[in-house]
Amino acid sequence: MSILVNSETRIICQGITGKAGAFHTAQCLEYGTQMVGGVTPGKAGTRSEHDLPIFNNCHDAFAATGADVSMVFVPPPFAADAAMEAADAGAALVVLITEGIPTLDMVKARKFLDDKGTKLIGPNCPGVITPGECKIGIMPGYIHKPREEGQKAVGIISRSGTLTYEAVWQCTSRGISQSTCVGIGGDPVKGLNYIELLEMFEADDETDGIVMIGEIGGTDEEHAAHYIERHVSKPVVAFIAGQTAPPGKRMGHAGAIISGGEGTAASKIEALQSAGVVVSTSPADIGEEMFKLLESGVTIAN
Amino acid sequence: MKIHEYQARELLADAGVPVPASSVVENVDQAVQAYDKIGGMVVVKAQVFAGGRGKAGFVKLCNTADEVKTAAEFMFNNRMISNQTGPEGVEAKKLLVAKAVDIESEYYMAVVLDRTKRCPVVMVSREGGVEIEVVADENPDAIVKQWLDPHLGLMGFQVTKLVAALGLTEKDQIKAAGKVLRGLVKVFYQYDCALAEINPLIRTPEGEILAIDAKMNFDDNAVFRHKRLQEMFDPSEENPKELRAQEHNLTYIDLDGNIGCLVNGAGLAMGTMDLIKLHGGEPANFLDVGGSVTKEGAIEAFRIILDDPEVTGVLVNIFGGIAKCDTIAEALIAAANEIGFKVPVVVRLEGTNVERARELLKEANIDQLIPADDLTDAAKKVCAKVA
Repeated sequence: MSILVNSETRIICQGITGKAGAFHTAQCLEYGTQMVGGVTPGKAGTRSEHDLPIFNNCHDAFAATGADVSMVFVPPPFAADAAMEAADAGAALVVLITEGIPTLDMVKARKFLDDKGTKLIGPNCPGVITPGECKIGIMPGYIHKPREEGQKAVGIISRSGTLTYEAVWQCTSRGISQSTCVGIGGDPVKGLNYIELLEMFEADDETDGIVMIGEIGGTDEEHAAHYIERHVSKPVVAFIAGQTAPPGKRMGHAGAIISGGEGTAASKIEALQSAGVVVSTSPADIGEEMFKLLESGVTIAN
Repeated sequence: MKIHEYQARELLADAGVPVPASSVVENVDQAVQAYDKIGGMVVVKAQVFAGGRGKAGFVKLCNTADEVKTAAEFMFNNRMISNQTGPEGVEAKKLLVAKAVDIESEYYMAVVLDRTKRCPVVMVSREGGVEIEVVADENPDAIVKQWLDPHLGLMGFQVTKLVAALGLTEKDQIKAAGKVLRGLVKVFYQYDCALAEINPLIRTPEGEILAIDAKMNFDDNAVFRHKRLQEMFDPSEENPKELRAQEHNLTYIDLDGNIGCLVNGAGLAMGTMDLIKLHGGEPANFLDVGGSVTKEGAIEAFRIILDDPEVTGVLVNIFGGIAKCDTIAEALIAAANEIGFKVPVVVRLEGTNVERARELLKEANIDQLIPADDLTDAAKKVCAKVA
């Protein structure tokens, strides 16, 4: 088992003829992902450089290929609209990689996707991967370790890209495989968040522990801590980036800002610790902390 | 992105929000002319982003043309120093000369994004004129909120509820406050604000409702679609190094320490700062070179870091995913050749093509370059070098 995506998942790419869309579609195919088509308005009937069929819109693409997931590489001004188009065509899941989408566009898009029952990952994220089965997004596939019989596996939820790779690599180097890794993105308004994913990982038979990577800005980690306290029994290791970030400054990610006294790392760390989460003080020790927890067999007592 | 008070007043006035008569001036003569036009009692306010203007003497009530002249001369000839500016202070290039009005009551009105509810929230309070964080802390019930539906926006009953919370009783004042509220929400949507705030909104003894001061922040991701905001952008209020980095698609933020950081990815860049601090060092900056960094971009990143005279050591932390380690290594070598490293540069590379990268760096045999085995090793080495 895994969450959200697996070897059966069939995916189209919106923006498949753009530079990034084409490159990452190729990378996903190479990983073994079932990329089955693409959408570029006005190019229906042609084939992509990967020899995949191209359609004018998501309705046609889903109907012809049997896909129900879209990976979106559309430029920021049109990206929220592209996500809504996929939802309107019946997508079960939209993985929105694009960085720089106006927040008010995402406010509308998220509501529209909710109304259509479409799950969203992102925006401004590396995507989602179930190692050995399905990679949707821009993460380097080889750093991940597919679960093998009798091995422990962790689920990873993260607001950051490279920091996720760091955590994945630390786990892989210690023989810990990953069930599914989800980059939820660095924007203030996004799709799936900690709580929904914690629920999925808690229910997943093949996930033995959960790594949660957060950062300054907003109160999502505090809400997650509250949820963990009541509903999560599996061991959770967290790291919160930005303990040294000054208030009022946007630290690269649109959502990473301490404002009005809200969104500090200290508040998040305190909430997580009091929920029984092991918070790694160093970004270099995330894998090691998880290794120790899994070895000791400790769970969160609820 | 931020704008000046006078610009926020312009946007509000265009949306039908009444503001006191005012002029923006760029020299002392213009200030006096503005007074001659407005007359009576005026307030002269320096147009700078930093707060603490009143205490620093950069907001002055004036009753005569001579007083305006004195105030304007002071504000144009001195740099404003407050607890928000740092010791070097900031220069006021423009002043706002506005008609001073008598205040009977002060209110607060703002629209801001609620991240948890994923929609804008309108907040009003009868306790205006003070910082809203203070009100939220001491008397949270004094703030009344209404959340805006993502597709429907501000609804009539919400206006009624919010205005009722201000405690106005006269019909025409209730109507006027409703108009202000609708105007503020309109500006919020029209210009993709992250925050649109009127504080204070006031009632004069004659019952007039006026916006006295306004603050606006905009969503940086949306500025591309607002020509008017692009024209309002004031580069002189920004950190020059941060602007220079932006031109090269780098995200740089100046900090107070002495260890320069060059990292790919915002989360990892923050994590690297934390790691330095954990090992007893102080980061000099946040710098995210991004996923698709070019050799030129990386060289510029080194230039920006090494231009800082405070920097006595550098930590390069790259987890190569899409950005390949050998590309970074080539950039490092080129940067070393072009600008030369005068301080120790500790390099930690991991990920795609790392073996090739390590070979390249070894062959290049760069002076001052210190390879690190892993993240912790890198932090320890750079902290030891600058200690």
